Amino acid sequence: METLFTPVTAALGGALIGLAATLLLATEGRIAGISGILAGLFNKDSERMGPLPWQALFVGGMVLGGILLALFAPQLVSSEVNLSAGWLVAAGLIVGVGTRVGNGCTSGHGVCGLSRFSARSLVATLSFMTAGFLTVFITRTLGLGVFG
Amino acid sequence: MIRHLAIALSGFIFAIGLGVAEMTRPEKVIAFLDLFGNWDPSLAFVMGGAVLVYAITFPIISKRDRPFFSPRFYLPTRKDLDKRLIVGGALFGIGWGLGGFCPGPALTGAAAGVTSAFIFVPAMLIGIFIADRFLQPKTA
Repeated sequence: METLFTPVTAALGGALIGLAATLLLATEGRIAGISGILAGLFNKDSERMGPLPWQALFVGGMVLGGILLALFAPQLVSSEVNLSAGWLVAAGLIVGVGTRVGNGCTSGHGVCGLSRFSARSLVATLSFMTAGFLTVFITRTLGLGVFG
Repeated sequence: MIRHLAIALSGFIFAIGLGVAEMTRPEKVIAFLDLFGNWDPSLAFVMGGAVLVYAITFPIISKRDRPFFSPRFYLPTRKDLDKRLIVGGALFGIGWGLGGFCPGPALTGAAAGVTSAFIFVPAMLIGIFIADRFLQPKTA
């Protein structure tokens, strides 16, 4: 998979993510961990804002962001990866289970956790990065999934 | 009302950040994870940019008595390193490497109408539901 090295826009996008996490922390005192926020949608104990849990507002904002990206910068969200539905379902299930068992994903553990010098988040981040590198190495070597 | 807007705005900026960083393109993620292939280190800069900003703002904000709109901070307090943390992280990494999606970009991609994200996100939500319903420690 050949992609261009884009350090400047990557860092700029990262800074925006950091800013978004900052805004949520400053206003609500919450960690911007997306897997935890998604899980909160199903949790009947989540704090309500009107009829909906607060997480629904955050997700709503993300959905609006996704729609605007599709309208004004479709090249950022169009994908060349051809993955069968079966692989996608398997990947989705594993990501869903893994992020909940491990209590976080790239945003909660990666961005927010590493910034707070959390040892738990460092361990989780090393774990998912290592597993990600190994998975891509193995699937490419065996010609599976994205590489099949 | 402003409280609601601030939360939604956080989500909005988050999604735009993911787009600008191109984390919403799974091929970009796979290329980052492909250390021994055509490695594209761009995504390390996403993490770098985000951590740089949050590492500066977090200590300043968390020193306040409380956030602006809510009564208290809701910050993780656990310090223990357990097997679930490592196994869960590894599982997530496997799924991430298979599909090229982590939760935020998957959601943003689905909202943007990316077909593969349409399939990935419902599966991910089912995984989240299953884990929280059946795989949480009994003491929790």
